[in-house]
Amino acid sequence: MLKLEKRPQPSRLWTWATPVLAVLITMLAGGALFAALGEDPVAAISTIFWQPLFGEFAFYYRPQLLIKGAPLVLIAIGLSLGFRAGIWNIGAEGQYIVGALAGAGVALAFYPAESALIFPLMILAGALGGWAWGMIPAVLKLRFGTNEILVSLMLVYVAEQLLAAMALGLMKNPEGRGFPGSRNLRQYDSAHNAELIAGTGMHWGVVAALIAVIFAYVLLSRHILGYHIRLAGQAPRAARFAGVRPARLVLFCLGTSGALAGLAGLFEVAGPAGQVSIDFNVGYGFTAIIVAFLGRLHPVGILLAGLLMALTYIGGELAQSNMGLPAAAIQLFQGMLLFFLLAVDLLTNYRVRLVTREVA
Amino acid sequence: MTGDLLTVSGLTKAYPGVVANDAVSFAIREGEVHALLGENGAGKSTLVKMIYGLVKPDSGTMTLRGTPYAPPDPHAARLAGVAMVFQHFSLFDAMSVAENVALGMERPPALRDLAARIRAVSETYGLPLDPDRTVGDLSAGERQRVEIIRCLLQEPRLLIMDEPTSVLTPQEVDILFQTLRKLTGEGVAILYISHKLEEIRALCDHATILRQGRNVGTCTPRDTSARAMAEMMVGTTFAAPERAGRAKAGVVLEVSDLSVAAQGQFGTALHAISFAVQAGEVLGIGGVAGNGQDELLAALSGEMPVTAEAVRLKGMAIGQHGPGTRRAMGLLTAPEERLGHAAAPDMSLTENAILTGAARESLLNRGFLRWEAAEAFARRIITGFDVRTPGPGTAARALSGGNLQKFVIGREVLQRPEVLVVNQPTWGVDAAAAAAIRQALLDLATGGAAVICISQDLDELIEISDRFGALSEGRLSDIRPTQGLSVEEIGLMMGGAHGMEVAHV
Amino acid sequence: MLLSSIDPALLLASLIVASTPILLAALGELVVERAGVLNLGVEGMMITGAICGFAMAVNSGSPVVGFVAAAAGGAVLALLFALLTQFALANQVASGLALTLFGLGLSSLIGQGYVGIKPPPTTRLDLPVLSDLPFVGRVLFSHDLMVYFALALVALVWALLKYSRAGLILRAVGENHEAAHALGYKVVRIRVLAILFGGACAGLGGAYLSLVRVPQWTEGMTSGGGWIALALVVFASWKVGRVLLGAWLFGGVSVLQLNLQAAGVAIPVEYLSMSPYLITILVLVIMSSDKSRAPGSLGRIFHASQ
Repeated sequence: MLKLEKRPQPSRLWTWATPVLAVLITMLAGGALFAALGEDPVAAISTIFWQPLFGEFAFYYRPQLLIKGAPLVLIAIGLSLGFRAGIWNIGAEGQYIVGALAGAGVALAFYPAESALIFPLMILAGALGGWAWGMIPAVLKLRFGTNEILVSLMLVYVAEQLLAAMALGLMKNPEGRGFPGSRNLRQYDSAHNAELIAGTGMHWGVVAALIAVIFAYVLLSRHILGYHIRLAGQAPRAARFAGVRPARLVLFCLGTSGALAGLAGLFEVAGPAGQVSIDFNVGYGFTAIIVAFLGRLHPVGILLAGLLMALTYIGGELAQSNMGLPAAAIQLFQGMLLFFLLAVDLLTNYRVRLVTREVA
Repeated sequence: MTGDLLTVSGLTKAYPGVVANDAVSFAIREGEVHALLGENGAGKSTLVKMIYGLVKPDSGTMTLRGTPYAPPDPHAARLAGVAMVFQHFSLFDAMSVAENVALGMERPPALRDLAARIRAVSETYGLPLDPDRTVGDLSAGERQRVEIIRCLLQEPRLLIMDEPTSVLTPQEVDILFQTLRKLTGEGVAILYISHKLEEIRALCDHATILRQGRNVGTCTPRDTSARAMAEMMVGTTFAAPERAGRAKAGVVLEVSDLSVAAQGQFGTALHAISFAVQAGEVLGIGGVAGNGQDELLAALSGEMPVTAEAVRLKGMAIGQHGPGTRRAMGLLTAPEERLGHAAAPDMSLTENAILTGAARESLLNRGFLRWEAAEAFARRIITGFDVRTPGPGTAARALSGGNLQKFVIGREVLQRPEVLVVNQPTWGVDAAAAAAIRQALLDLATGGAAVICISQDLDELIEISDRFGALSEGRLSDIRPTQGLSVEEIGLMMGGAHGMEVAHV
Repeated sequence: MLLSSIDPALLLASLIVASTPILLAALGELVVERAGVLNLGVEGMMITGAICGFAMAVNSGSPVVGFVAAAAGGAVLALLFALLTQFALANQVASGLALTLFGLGLSSLIGQGYVGIKPPPTTRLDLPVLSDLPFVGRVLFSHDLMVYFALALVALVWALLKYSRAGLILRAVGENHEAAHALGYKVVRIRVLAILFGGACAGLGGAYLSLVRVPQWTEGMTSGGGWIALALVVFASWKVGRVLLGAWLFGGVSVLQLNLQAAGVAIPVEYLSMSPYLITILVLVIMSSDKSRAPGSLGRIFHASQ
């Protein structure tokens, strides 16, 4: 019989080992899944994980790592601060959309003028848009005690409808010959979130993501606010005793994660995506949740986890085109990763012991 | 009635790092009141959990009326006729008395019949109870009655009671004893766990004494002095803390007309509490749990904001300020719950030192944490208060209760407070640590601070406080000098029997 | 006015139909939460039930087989959640989210081959005299079997929770799992059973969508219905009767906004489509000021320290 014994201290070894273990188990389970679908499991796993990095067309796929990884990391960093404090922002997808709309709106308002000020203004708008969307659940939580999970989630669906309304209505490209969607911001120089170093996939969003990682690291390990965030999540009563004001944390965490998600949306709409369209959002806001947990809510971990997730996206697309693997299989794969991570995580705080039957 | 009801032979139970019970053997006779004595951590709770089927022993056997007895779970124990009233009640606050009783029974009758039976039994044993009341609204003594009646309805042969009087005023204790005597008169044996020697001498026929998991002797309490029993329990004698004569130097903290509404569904409201404490003085506030102690501490610590004028520190109104501001001004507190309130269980001692010491020990540099300074502070607490731990990097949850409490109190004391308020400073703490903590509080007062000690342990309060008041249902009694107070008077200050009726026996 | 083109009897009847999936899912989640577990994976269980039910109904030709399969599918997914939270002691919020993401992916995968297919129809019950009653007959007595099943289940759950010993024990576990454990009740076992029940109900709700309400399979067709079911449980203050009311309210809003869209009301379609979600937020705000009714152990991890 297996028994769980609480460890006197959280195990430092397992804190780092669990994500690695979870990834390995997921690869095995994923392989089994692919085998069940009639694909060669080894080929599938290698297509997803190996090919994009070291395969024939790696020079094309490696930049994609940064392009897909940046929004994931940016959003996940924001989410991790809240999650650590026990504040669950599940609506990052909605904040991402609203940030994109805000930034694109600014750009389209200035069109066709060219100026070096436009892009910074877009960044500001994107952050503010996401921040505002994140403030709604924050204010409702503080004022009325409403559960932020449900409110932020409902707002995702609202934001999606808003996106459709904008793409088909207010932001529709007048020169688009009736096709839905806004102007392509990639063709609008002042608004284009261009590659900073050609061929690397590095755009301003990547820079922002790296800055966010550093900022979060310093905050959590060296600043009293980071300490309060960790304390509030681990021992809320002790946090109140220490003088932490819950309202401040709620506003900070939801606001920051909203702003970061909004920024991610802005960089995406002005860069890789290019335009406001109905299918603009691809679920980064939700995948970022997996990234946050996979990275154990630690900034450096999130950076690595974000790159890994990006890899599964890219590898997944590759497997789709080369092997006919359905897109949904990758989504399932990512869900499995979170599952196994949560399961394996218990090793950090508990020891598993094999006990023989006890004497009555 | 002679003959053994329950025999226990060589019962052993070990947990990682500690042997809770080491080959314990003793016997309880039919219809006797048998005491199980020992200090905190002696192994009493573990032993009775094994008798009640909550915990499986590693080795050893038990017999009940001659037949082997090894209950796999509490259901089996109840069916065999063993019932238990826990120290920490297993009650469901949001449910009614009848529902709570039904949950504790094996095959309860329909709720309406049960309600009638509850009324009947409670009247008979002098513990009147209304089956339809919500348990969360009851006082601690009434809640204990629910537990007892729940047991009595099963018609047990052995009733185990774990520290039953810790929640009762002296008058309520008398009522309980009358109920217990009626039970033994009917042939029910009682296993009575306590560390209160005078009660045991008044009530019990035999006593088994546990120390560090071993049975170190049995005795007949009536024929043994309290001192002798204490020495068997503790193994050595401790010097009573020194109470040097202290000069009182002016009012430091003044609480005027403090009234607070009940927090949450089952909290206690505070009503017009007023008192003042001088520098160099120890004020003891007694009272049974659940009468507003936590609320009073929260009002003083700043976790619960109150009207500004209600709390004055050195003349300044601070009622509206939070814990951070109050600490900066010199008012420090230590709450009752060690893990989760006073300290964060998964954080290291260094991080826990920052919890309250950040401002006064200059552990911050423009918002950024000075980790080396924090660790140094943690080390000073560890050395200064003899906290047994591998180091400041250990998680708080890894420490024993006594050591963590020493750390928590030490953390506040080393910050040189002007006023220190502690709530239950020595509950669940071994005797040596408790003595050290009490001495630390006295030394703090000698050094010029004002100390307020909120505690359920009357012996402790009498020992260390200069003046004494009691909390009862959110109201503070008059404050009297401790010198010369009798137990009877203290009981009355604590609210007497809170209206409980005397047993109809 | 345009609104006159909306038939009230039809509106009320379609309200009842629209509310059934949410009702089933919310009822299941209510039982789970009364046992002290917060399962955010309702959306994942619903959509899994939707595809399992659809696939089995199409393959077997019988909608009843479909519904049974849907309940089983939802329960299996819920079992994974139970393993994570009750045995691996994982955080309940994260586990529920994992379940949702997993369920969405799984259902998309299974549903690959079923897009565009029509499922076998679920027959409408024609009760002899009652169905012919004017107005009331159309509103209440001309529905399919699942509607009546759902209503019966509501009554059954209400009665069990309030009057039976099993219901008492379940409520006790949710109220204070430490005390329940001390009294000898198998907290983990009871919670696992409750979680499985919740999964089965959510699965049935999802299948109702794919087999009756739409009826068709599309990826992500629950559109947040599972989350609304969660909100409903809060709205209902964990009381069964109010879950029914809330489901009708939500059903009414979604049906009304569809009717308004069809009637050509001059508000862009997207804004009307937002309304159910905005109403849900409003409802949450109104009900949240009364937090004290939540089961005492809701969301807390239980580990028996032996």
